[in-house]
Amino acid sequence: MTLSPSLAANPDLHRWLSFAPAGRVTIHPGKVEYGQGVWTALAQIAAEELDVALDRVEVAPVSTDTSPDEGVTSGSRSIEDCGGALRQACAQARAAFLAAAAAKLGTGPAALAVRDGEICQDGTGTGLSYWSLGGPSLLGAAAAEGPAAKPASRWSVAGRSAPRLDLPDKATGRPRFLHDLVLPGMVFGRVIRPPGPAATLDEAGAVDLPDGVLATVRDGSFLGVLASQDRIAVAAAARLAAAARWTVRESLPDERGLKGFLLSQPTEDQAVERRDDPAAAARVRHTRQAEFSRPFIAHASMAPSCAIARWDEGADGMARITVWAHSQGPFPLRRALAAGLGLDQAQVTVHHVEGAGVYGHNASDDAAADAVLLARRLPGRPVRVLWSREDELGWGPVGPAMVARLSAGLDEAGRIQTWRQDVWSNGFLGRPGIGGTPRLLGLSHLAGAAPIPAAPDGEPSGAMGATRNAVPAYDIPDLAVTRHRLLTMPIRTSSLRSLGAFLNVFAIESFLDELAEVAGADPAEFRLAHLSDPRARRVIEEVTGFAGWAGRSPAGGTGFGLAFARYKGTSGYCAAVAEVAADTSVTLRRLWLAVDVGRVINPDGVVNQVEGGALQSASWALRERVRFDRTRITSVTWDSYPILRFTEMPEVAVRIVASDQPPVGAGELAQGPVAGAIGNAVADAAGVRVRDLPLTTEQITRAIEEA
Amino acid sequence: MGSVNHWRLTVNGTEQTVSAEPGTPLLDVLRHDLGLAGPRFGCGMGLCGACFVLIDGQARSSCDVPVWAAEGTAVTTVEGLAMKGAGEAGGGGLHPVQQAVLDEQAAQCGYCISGMIMSGVALLQRNPAPSEPEVRAALDGNLCRCGTHQRIVRAVLRAAAAAPAGTTPAGAAAGGAAE
Repeated sequence: MTLSPSLAANPDLHRWLSFAPAGRVTIHPGKVEYGQGVWTALAQIAAEELDVALDRVEVAPVSTDTSPDEGVTSGSRSIEDCGGALRQACAQARAAFLAAAAAKLGTGPAALAVRDGEICQDGTGTGLSYWSLGGPSLLGAAAAEGPAAKPASRWSVAGRSAPRLDLPDKATGRPRFLHDLVLPGMVFGRVIRPPGPAATLDEAGAVDLPDGVLATVRDGSFLGVLASQDRIAVAAAARLAAAARWTVRESLPDERGLKGFLLSQPTEDQAVERRDDPAAAARVRHTRQAEFSRPFIAHASMAPSCAIARWDEGADGMARITVWAHSQGPFPLRRALAAGLGLDQAQVTVHHVEGAGVYGHNASDDAAADAVLLARRLPGRPVRVLWSREDELGWGPVGPAMVARLSAGLDEAGRIQTWRQDVWSNGFLGRPGIGGTPRLLGLSHLAGAAPIPAAPDGEPSGAMGATRNAVPAYDIPDLAVTRHRLLTMPIRTSSLRSLGAFLNVFAIESFLDELAEVAGADPAEFRLAHLSDPRARRVIEEVTGFAGWAGRSPAGGTGFGLAFARYKGTSGYCAAVAEVAADTSVTLRRLWLAVDVGRVINPDGVVNQVEGGALQSASWALRERVRFDRTRITSVTWDSYPILRFTEMPEVAVRIVASDQPPVGAGELAQGPVAGAIGNAVADAAGVRVRDLPLTTEQITRAIEEA
Repeated sequence: MGSVNHWRLTVNGTEQTVSAEPGTPLLDVLRHDLGLAGPRFGCGMGLCGACFVLIDGQARSSCDVPVWAAEGTAVTTVEGLAMKGAGEAGGGGLHPVQQAVLDEQAAQCGYCISGMIMSGVALLQRNPAPSEPEVRAALDGNLCRCGTHQRIVRAVLRAAAAAPAGTTPAGAAAGGAAE
């Protein structure tokens, strides 16, 4: 069995698991838990391969001191990367222990089995166990291509729904989040942000600071305060903000002309995918083109970002920095902090502690940098920094605004022959350290520091960045997809869950309905006629079946829409049907989804992720839009950045299509199809195609006027 | 900072004295002075519901209530919901709404779940058999970013079905200092 890439990169078995404390198994994933439930699924994988009960498995939080370096927890890759590595590491550990037991018992390993950690022979306990055999030496080996993991047909823990390990704490209010962590001697910091991304601090101003303030920090346009209590730091920050004098410059585009702005900026243009059929053009009888857009979208985590840092001056004169962060990438954060501060990365330790959901790259890494910059002022003291709600919405990276321009040609029989897709966007890869710069907000405000450069977007492909899912999954003989990455970045962008897939699938699936209309075909039949991949066909057939697509009755302002995508073109399959009531405003009533994510580790975990992806995407599609003026983001509260509420959320039903293919993630595959299904349902109900997200009354009214 | 005063608060049935400026948000006092992690800071403006507690039985935000206004009221946080002496949390000691949240796996990140539980508890106390629209309406002041809405609605309905009127500890919890 070939080693999983993550295990090959971190081959020491003891990096992945330990049989401690007695009677327990502790696994050390390199992927972080942020509410997606990955810890539970990984624990199931370990329990399955080790033949121990699930409740024996504990999961250690990621630490750069002890965990394998698995980079960033992103891209719905944890089950593939970390799950694949753990499966093999645990299978190898089990084999090593069986071999050791066999040697002691004078038998062959094949005569032995493991029952809840105990070594058995002929169904009877041998008195040996993972714990009695002693772990460290047996786990000292490096992983090798060796014992095969258990076939799914023999799974008894994996493949069945397991309750989330973290929820009992969360439902009872036990401290679990970084925001709850209190360290001995901890003090509290707050940062006063500039009044806009291009503003610079002229003068901090004289301020009478309250008792309990321990220090202020000013370096360039970075202004912060440290106090014995958070409430004192908040009050002091308000006084400092009132006294500070800034030079404010207009640096943001005109919000009303956002599409024109995106289309007029200098770009890096790259071919993403090309299929040439020289005869295709001659077969075309009907052509259509259309332009779709999305605004900037905020991550809008329920918790403002938080971090704790301690700066210790070693006796050797070397600084040691310890950071507690809810970053999605503790190892990349360590490297970026070290690079930004001119330190060796061995001087920096990052411990992950759970935060609220982040949905991509929010301000968690920036909060860590803030904490370090403030901690430097008070060596030896843990410094906690909590962002305000306004800073979280106004200063965290956002998902880029985008334009997708599509054109296609149909032949006489209504089959798609040609497809062109051009995507304009800022880059999605704005995480710490990408492109050789730290990309940490506080560091970019220090004296002499350069602003954060425009975000990269990764290799040009249909799996990456702005062109994620820009290559349709349909059978089209002549196709060209091009990425236009903006080289200016007036609003800081980075990864937002599903990256470009949200707009690209919305655009492709909206456009497909427009083409189906030209061809005079039912949207489901039209899609199936262009799909030869049986897994793709299966999710469409499943969702149209259980949504009652064939018997739908759009009447009285009700509409139905269908959409499909295979996430990244290489990952999970998802088809969605939406039912809306729409005239000039939209009520989303119901969503039906069918997914194929390969072999499923935790079925309820998959359903929860798909439901969540669907409902978050519904909120993006119907409501969300970062607002700004020429100097700054202005949608900095839940009033000015509203998201869908309980009374606005639809019913959602999810079905998992059984599959024996390798498992893939489920957290991001619903976003595109749900947006497409809602767009098509709105078109069905309102009789007008709205191509600019979000699908608000304003946009629908404009589309009606332009129709 | 202005003058610091002493405040007598009744939290989860216990009277406690804290020292704080009168304008200090109740949430800050609960989290930092009383060490209760259940109510969470989300926005500081009463707009998201993450900090919901029961004040005299009503679910409401604690981030925009000054500590002076909480004197003389009965405050209940999620920590105060579990039935006393009924065993370890995670087992039979949970309030029916908490238990239903676990049974329905009604959370993802879980940052806002304690606030939602408080809204659910307050609803069931005034309306032990709510309809689904009534549950949604009662939760409308709580934001969820993970998209777990449907599961949370199901959990509140499940708790209502599991605990007929008068048998839940909601009355005691809401009363705070109940004898």
